[in-house]
Amino acid sequence: MENKIVQPVITAESLTKKFGHFTATDAITFQVKKGEIFGFLGANGAGKTTAIRMLCGLLMPTSGNASVAGFDVFTQTEEIKKNIGYMSQKFSLYEDLTVKENIRFYGGIYGLSNSGLKEKTEILLSKLKLKNEARHLVKSLPLGWKQKLAFSVALIHEPAIVFLDEPTGGVDPITRRQFWEMIYEAAYCGTTVFVTTHYMDEAEYCDRVSIMVSGKIAVMGTPDALKKGFSVKTMNEVFLKLAR
Amino acid sequence: MFAFIHFVKKETYHIFRDKRTLLILFGMPVVMIILFGYAIRNDIGRSDLAVVDEAHDAYSAKLIAEINASAYFDVVKVLPNEASIDNSFRKEEEKIVLIIPPHFGQHLFQPQTGKAQVRIVADASDPNLATSLTNYATAIINTFQGHISTISQPPLAIIQDVRMLYNPEMKSVYEFVPGLMALILMLVSAMMTAITITREKETGTMEVLLASPLPPALIILGKITPYILLSFINALLILGFGNFLFHVPVHGSLILLLAESVLFILTALSLGILISTVAVNQQTAMMISLGGLLMPTVVLSGFIFPLSSMPVALQWLANFIPAKWFIIILRDIMLKGNGWGYVWKETMVLLIMTLFFILLSIKRFKIRLS
Repeated sequence: MENKIVQPVITAESLTKKFGHFTATDAITFQVKKGEIFGFLGANGAGKTTAIRMLCGLLMPTSGNASVAGFDVFTQTEEIKKNIGYMSQKFSLYEDLTVKENIRFYGGIYGLSNSGLKEKTEILLSKLKLKNEARHLVKSLPLGWKQKLAFSVALIHEPAIVFLDEPTGGVDPITRRQFWEMIYEAAYCGTTVFVTTHYMDEAEYCDRVSIMVSGKIAVMGTPDALKKGFSVKTMNEVFLKLAR
Repeated sequence: MFAFIHFVKKETYHIFRDKRTLLILFGMPVVMIILFGYAIRNDIGRSDLAVVDEAHDAYSAKLIAEINASAYFDVVKVLPNEASIDNSFRKEEEKIVLIIPPHFGQHLFQPQTGKAQVRIVADASDPNLATSLTNYATAIINTFQGHISTISQPPLAIIQDVRMLYNPEMKSVYEFVPGLMALILMLVSAMMTAITITREKETGTMEVLLASPLPPALIILGKITPYILLSFINALLILGFGNFLFHVPVHGSLILLLAESVLFILTALSLGILISTVAVNQQTAMMISLGGLLMPTVVLSGFIFPLSSMPVALQWLANFIPAKWFIIILRDIMLKGNGWGYVWKETMVLLIMTLFFILLSIKRFKIRLS
């Protein structure tokens, strides 16, 4: 991490979202650097999704400050949306469209030109080894392939940052492994990856993680530093200690 | 603009790959128009009639022959006496019986009185049908009376000449086609848009769309554009069926008629969008569309039940049903041949309703996002 270019692409200062009397995210402060894989962990209902939605310009924060790719989350959401990719918790492709149609649709709404679309589609299909399935409906693909396709589609417009909200839910270990290889590749090419996950073994793959407990960031740091701090061997144990 | 075309393309794929959507879009209108056109009718064709002839004279025979010769009745049976009517009605063999009492002809030509009686007995378990049948029967008997009185003496008579304007043959299909058009366009456009938008919310793709640079208004517009086209095709389909199958005329301007249809389609689509901002999933959207649109449109639009015979409160409520205004416009243009000068008020009502629904949807849509 030390040898990467140190330049924050996401900053949040006391970022807060309240729904009525309920505070979903409570004054979270953090920075994510360019090309970093930032793991955003926490139990269900800890406020991860709310935080992601604020950073993606889907949700207006109640108070605090944040900027994504140099744009303000209060006033420049349109600029933010052009510079990010987003993969939601739920499967984000259209099941009744073919692989190719999905790629072309998402490329199209991000403003890719016709020739750009053609080129991108070719690259994606060969990279994912889906050339023979290009004309198959997405619903006929196995879940692991769908998730990999969804990730590639989220990157189709080459965004500076990609937000992944529990991308590997319900996927088998081998596909998860392949999925993380794709994440590494994206990060290597300079894309910042902001990822939430339930799987603590995946937390080990991140450059840096933060763990949220009831709306607040409880701890933040490299997986090694956190394990040392709690004098445990795995991230799972770190998580369990925090939960207690 | 390029992104918009991609959106419309994607939406078209959705429609043509979902058999259920296609069935509702094109199956429902065809089934409904055939059902309403052929099966559900207020006008009655030839009906069966039985007689109890206790007179057995020349005049009773003449009367029976006259009824049989009319366009409305077939005299199918001669019952022995009045007591047997009940049994015959219960077996649903006929709905109306004419009783001619003894000495019918004799009473008719008695020098002083000159009066004879007949009795009509109808099965009123279906009151509308019974009323129509007795009306037809009375009319025939009146004519018969006219015929025989010219034989005996010149009568003093007021001859009534009743004309039914715009629908001289009182065909109920003339009434159904405008009503059906309103009903189908309302249902198809509103329900389908509500369902298609909530489906994106349900599957989670709406979130991804909102995280893209596409403005929300463009997302909605992209989703409804194919439905505007399909609903318009539907309108043409209904008009075509009405014209070729049932000879429902279009006396007024076809262009005005189609323009008004497009306006009504937009009203329905904006209602659909509004429903989608309230409903969380497709099922709720469907329930709201069916319960909140189908029933009021059928009952309160004047489609089947005349508004003028409803309680004042319901008549007032009917003003908020878009279909009511559209049906008035359609009847004006199709049956009366009226032009813009007669329908502009109703058009304004529809226009204001549409704008109101759109503004309300935009407001609700924003609330959901913040």
